[in-house]
Amino acid sequence: MSNDFSRVAEVSSRELGARIRLLRVLHIDLWLSVPLLLLSIGGLFVLYSASGLSDAMLSAQMRNIAVAMTVLLITAQFRVETLRGVSPYIFALATLLLVAVVFFGVGAKGAQRWLSLGFIRFQPSEVMKVAMPLALAWWLSKKALPPDFRSIALAFVMVALPSGLILQQPDLGTSLLVATSGLAAIYMAGIQWRYIFSTIVLALLSIWPAWIFVLKDYQKQRVLTLFNPESDRLGAGWNIIQSKTAIGSGGWEGLGWTQGSQAQLDFLPEGHTDFIIAVLAEEFGFRGVLLLFLIYAVILGRGLVITWKAQSSFARMLAGALVASFFFGLVVNLGMVSGLLPVVGVPLPMVSYGGTAMVSMMIAFGMLMAISTERPVTRAMR
Amino acid sequence: MARQLNQMQDWARETRITQGRVTVLAAMMILVMLGLLYRYFSLQVIQTEEYRAQSDRNRIAVRTVAPTRGVIVDRSGNFLAVNQPSFTLAITPERAGDLDSVLEALSDLLGLTGIDIELFTEARKRRRPMSPVPLKYRLTDKELAVLAVNKHELPGVSVLSELTRHYPEGDLLGHALGYVGRIGIDDIDESEKEAYRGISHIGKVGLEAYYEDVLKGGLGVSRVETNARGVELDVIDRIEPVPGAELTLHLDVELQRVAASAMGNMRGAVVAMDPKNGGVLSAVSNPRYDPNKFVNGISFSDYAELRDSRDAPLLNRVIQGQYPPASTIKPMLGLAGLNRDLITIDTAIPDPGYYQLPGDPRRYRDWILRVRGTGHAEEMNLRDSIAQSCDVYFYELANRFGIDALAESLDAFGIGSLTGVDLPSEKRGILPSSEWKRRVIGSSWYGGETLIVGIGQGYMLATPMQLAVATTALATRGNAFKPSFVAAVDGMPVQPEPLLSVPAATEYWDEVSAGMVDTVSSVRGTAFGMRSGLTYSVAGKTGTAQVVGIAQDATYDEEALSEYQRNHGWFIAYAPVENPEIVVAVLTENSGGGSTAYPVARAMLDYWMSRDE
Repeated sequence: MSNDFSRVAEVSSRELGARIRLLRVLHIDLWLSVPLLLLSIGGLFVLYSASGLSDAMLSAQMRNIAVAMTVLLITAQFRVETLRGVSPYIFALATLLLVAVVFFGVGAKGAQRWLSLGFIRFQPSEVMKVAMPLALAWWLSKKALPPDFRSIALAFVMVALPSGLILQQPDLGTSLLVATSGLAAIYMAGIQWRYIFSTIVLALLSIWPAWIFVLKDYQKQRVLTLFNPESDRLGAGWNIIQSKTAIGSGGWEGLGWTQGSQAQLDFLPEGHTDFIIAVLAEEFGFRGVLLLFLIYAVILGRGLVITWKAQSSFARMLAGALVASFFFGLVVNLGMVSGLLPVVGVPLPMVSYGGTAMVSMMIAFGMLMAISTERPVTRAMR
Repeated sequence: MARQLNQMQDWARETRITQGRVTVLAAMMILVMLGLLYRYFSLQVIQTEEYRAQSDRNRIAVRTVAPTRGVIVDRSGNFLAVNQPSFTLAITPERAGDLDSVLEALSDLLGLTGIDIELFTEARKRRRPMSPVPLKYRLTDKELAVLAVNKHELPGVSVLSELTRHYPEGDLLGHALGYVGRIGIDDIDESEKEAYRGISHIGKVGLEAYYEDVLKGGLGVSRVETNARGVELDVIDRIEPVPGAELTLHLDVELQRVAASAMGNMRGAVVAMDPKNGGVLSAVSNPRYDPNKFVNGISFSDYAELRDSRDAPLLNRVIQGQYPPASTIKPMLGLAGLNRDLITIDTAIPDPGYYQLPGDPRRYRDWILRVRGTGHAEEMNLRDSIAQSCDVYFYELANRFGIDALAESLDAFGIGSLTGVDLPSEKRGILPSSEWKRRVIGSSWYGGETLIVGIGQGYMLATPMQLAVATTALATRGNAFKPSFVAAVDGMPVQPEPLLSVPAATEYWDEVSAGMVDTVSSVRGTAFGMRSGLTYSVAGKTGTAQVVGIAQDATYDEEALSEYQRNHGWFIAYAPVENPEIVVAVLTENSGGGSTAYPVARAMLDYWMSRDE
C-alpha cells in the first residue's frame, strides 16, 4: 500500500519535475504567464460584452492574443546579452521609422501615426515602446553606475527625441508611455535624487508654457473637462460622465455579464478599447475590479522580483523600465476612465481590443521572461 | 585578479543601487494601486446609488403622450370641431447637421413661409433634446412625394403622422368656435410648460380658448428605455393620456345656416337663445372667416388682410360689437316706468312729432316726423308707443325718469354689464349715468341727454348678446340666464345659471308684451312687414341706430363714408308669445334700419318653429 502510494507520488513528482524542466527550457515564467493568460481570457469575456456581442471582434482579438503569445515565446528565447547587443540598432531603426512617419506617414482623423509598407501597416511608435527601454539600458550600462552627468544628458536626449516625434503625430498617450520607459531606465540606473526632484520641479514649471505652446486644443479640452465634466455634458465631458456612471452603477456585485445598460445601450464610448474597464466595472462590479487589480498586482510584483533578481545592471535597468512602463500605462488608463486623469489614448493592458499594443507588450514580457529564466551569473562563472 | 575583484565590487555596488531603486518603485506602486483601488471602491461601493440613478436617467426616457383634443358637436351631434389625421414635417435639430442648410433646402422644395420658420424656432425652445420639432403641417400628397424623393439629402427630417384640428363647417362657426393654433411664446407661461409637453396646439380664441382646459385633456406618460442615440428600445410602462372632454353645444347648426344665409353679405350679428336656459342656439357675426386657416399658421398677408379690413371680420360682433340699442330698449323702459309709477297703462302723451323740454326751445324730433310730417297720433299710450316706436312718448318717460333712475332700470335688464357668456373677450357696452359722465367724460349731465338715452341713442352702447339677454327677460317675464354655448361637457349637462330677474306685476308684463306683439301684427307696427304667413305668435321690437361705422381704421373716404354712416338696423323678438321657445336679436350694420333686420329673425323663427323635435 504505502509502496504503491509512494510510487504514485514519485511518478507525479517526476512528471511535475519534467514539466517544470520543459518550462525552463522554453524560458517560460509561470508567475507571469499564468496571470497574463487569465487576463487575456477574462478580457475576452468583457470584450464580447463591450463589443455588443460581436463574434467578429471576439475572433479577431483571439487571433491577436495568439499572435502576441507566439511573439512572447519567441522573444523569451533570446539571451539577455543578445538583446543588449541589438539594442542600439533597434533604437536607431525605430527612430528612423519615426522620422519616416513625419514624411511618409499615413493616418486618419488628423493624426499621422502609421507607416505603410504596402502589405502591412504598422505604428513605428509601438516599435519604440520596445526600443526605448532597451537602448537606455544599453547606454547606461556602458559605464559604471550611477551615471555621470554627460551620460545622463545624452540619455535625456535619447528619451526626448523619439517622444517628441511621437507627440507631434499627435499621440500623447504613446509618447508618454515611451518617455516613461526611458526615464524609468534612467531612474533604475541610480540617477541622483536631486536630479529627479529638479526634473519634477522643472516639469511643474513647464506646465504653463506647455499649455500655451505644446498642447493641442483638444488635449487642453480634455484636461479642463477633467476638472468639470458637467461644463460640457454632451461634448468632451460625455466620456468621463458616462464612464463614471458605468463604474459607479456596477456597485459591489455588478449588473451581470452583458447586462450593463451603459455599455449595452451605447452610452459608453470606446467601451471595447480604452474604456473597457468601465464595462467590466459595470457588469462585474467592484468584485470584478478587485480581481483585476489582484492579477495586475501579481504581474507587477513578479516583474519587480525579476528586476530584483536580474543578473546584470543592463537586465535590471531593462526589467525595471519595462515594469515601470507597464505600470504607468495601467495607472493612466485606470485613472482616466475613473475620472482622475485627463483622457489620453492609453489602452488597458491585455484587455482592451487591439493587436499592435498587445504585441509590443508581449515583446516586453518576453524580454522579462528572458531575464527571469537566465542562468545565474555566479553559476556561469564557476 | 584585482581587476576581477574590482569588477565584482562594481557589480555588487550596481546591484545595490538598482535594487534600491526597485524597493522605492515597489513602494510607489503599492501606494498608487491602493489609491486607484480606493477610487473604484468609492465610485462603486460608496456612491453606487447616485450613479445607478444617473444610469437610470440615461437609460429611461420619459416621453409624453399627447391626448386627443375633445371634439365639439352641436345639439344634434353634428361635428363642429374634430381631429383629422394629417402629416407633419418635422426636424430633429441634433440630427440635421447644418440646420440652416436643411431649412434652406426645405424652403426650396416646399416654399416655407417666415411664419413657419418663426413658429419652428419657438417650438424648438420648448422641446426635449433629440425630439422632432414640427415645421410644416398638413402636408399635401404632392409635398409628401417631394419629401420622399429628396429624403436622403435632408438629414434629421421626418414626416410625423398626427391629429390636426379641423372645422368641417368652415366659416359658418368661425367666431363662435374660434380656433386652435400652434403654441406661441406668449400663449403659456412657465408653470404650464410641463402640461403642454408634446402638445403642439392651443385654443387661441372663441370656445376653443374659453374651454382650453377642458378640451386639452391630460398628458399621458410613457417611460421607455432608449439608447444613447435616443432610439426607443422598449416601453417600460405607460400612463395613458386622458382625452379632452367632448363639448355639446346648445347651438343648432341648421339654425346657424339659416341665420347666415338670411344675413347674406350684410355686416352684422345674430344671436338666438333658448329663453328657458340661456343656451345659445345660433350666433353669427358677419363678415366671417374660416378658422381652418389659422390652425397651422396663417400666412402674414392673409392675416394682415383680415386684421386690417375695414369690415373687421375678426371682430366677433355678437359679443364685441357695441352699438346704440336704439328703440329696442323701449319695452324695457316702459315696464320700468310702470313699475316705478311714472306712467300707467293708460297714460296718454300728446305727440306733435317732436318733444320740448320746459323752457328749452330745442325740438327733439320723433322719427315719424321725417316720414309723415306729423306725429304718430294726437295722443299715444304705452302699448301703441312700443308697437309704433313712438319717440315722443319715451322722451317724456325718460324725462320723468331722470338719467340715473333710467340707467338703473336698464341695468336690471343687463345693459352695460357683461353677460358672462362662455367666450373670451366680451365687451360690456356703455350704460351712461351722471356718475359715468363725470368719471369718463369729465362733465355734468344735461337734461337733453337723458331724452336721447331714452330712445337708446347718445352715449349708450350694447352688444347683440346683451340685447338677447334683455329680450329673454322680456320673453320670460323677468328671468334670464347667463348665456351659454355649451350644454354639456362629456355628456354631463351644464346647469343654467340665473343672471338677472326683473320683478313686475303681471298686467305690466301683459301690456309690454302686447306692444311687442302689435309691433309685428298691428298695421301700424314697425315690423308689420314680417307678419304675412306667420303660423305662430311673435313679439318683437325694431330699432334704428344712428352711428358712424365701427371699423377701427377710420381713414377719411368720402365714397365709403356715406355707406358706413348709414343707420344700423335692430330687431329683437321671441316666439311663441305664450310660451317662448326662442329669443332672437339681430343687428345689421349700416343697413338703413330695423326693416332689414326682421327678415333675418323671421327666417330663423320659421325654421325653429317648424323643425321636428
